[in-house]
Amino acid sequence: MSIKRDSISVGLAVGAAGAAFGAVAVASHFSVLQACVLSLFLFSGASQFALVAIIGGGGSPWSALATGAFLGTRNGLYGIRMAGLLQNRGWQRVVSAHITIDESTGMAIAQDNVEQARTAFWYTGFGVFFFWNLFTLLGAVGAKEIGSSAAWGLDVASPSIFVAVLWPRLKELRPKITALVAVAWALAITHFVPVGVPILTTVIIAVFAGWN
Amino acid sequence: MSSTWIVVIATSFAAFSLKFIGHLIPESWLEKPRVERITNYIPVVLLSGLIAMQTLTEKTKIVIDHRLAGLTVAIIAVIAKLPFPVIILGAMATSAIFYRYRI
Repeated sequence: MSIKRDSISVGLAVGAAGAAFGAVAVASHFSVLQACVLSLFLFSGASQFALVAIIGGGGSPWSALATGAFLGTRNGLYGIRMAGLLQNRGWQRVVSAHITIDESTGMAIAQDNVEQARTAFWYTGFGVFFFWNLFTLLGAVGAKEIGSSAAWGLDVASPSIFVAVLWPRLKELRPKITALVAVAWALAITHFVPVGVPILTTVIIAVFAGWN
Repeated sequence: MSSTWIVVIATSFAAFSLKFIGHLIPESWLEKPRVERITNYIPVVLLSGLIAMQTLTEKTKIVIDHRLAGLTVAIIAVIAKLPFPVIILGAMATSAIFYRYRI
């Protein structure tokens, strides 16, 4: 039973960050409906924040689309692992693909056997989905009332979430250097290219870093 | 339909397609180490780039303001292994205070 309880707790904790997304989206001139559609159908925190940041900052739709999609490649890799575990067919496969994210995959691979892993996957996936969408709506509606986003610190909500998500991936020297090179690259070219391009082109650095 | 709506729908479709393709391709694909290494670095570089752009630029200009104070607090909080909500709310509060008092 505690797998179900743990999974739902993860869903609540992670889903609460949806309030920040809803608020940031509205502060970036997205409508409440657009914020909710992103949480329902894009349903990938990093892709959602990136898309809103690039469009809100005046970037092109293409760089927003490409950056959002590139940030989703990780979920595709999780899908390869989860498909073997879940052995789903038909519509179940469609639903399980949609809720294949960091948390559902992480909770599933932390379990001792296949049955528990499947339970953890579905409960965490649905838990995050439910709370992420609920809090997105609350955050978006709330942000319509508060006016200036800078006065409430909302303009650093998304970068500080990224710092918290990124940090555990930087334990070794090579990822640390890669991250710093990406920062330097983006800042160096920002003045000369359209908004969104500095972020998107860091993918080249990932190819160099991972080649050998 | 506005271009924002098109991006919202197209990116949702792209992200779901990537997830679904993952569920269709065989697990042996993951055994190509170069593919796995590069795909592991993609979120590292994109998130790093996003952090820099969101904290230090305004459109295409580099700007140093209250946001950098907030992000510094976030980094310190992450290093100190503080809980997730403390990291985010600490950064937001710091940024808001610096903004309010024009520091």
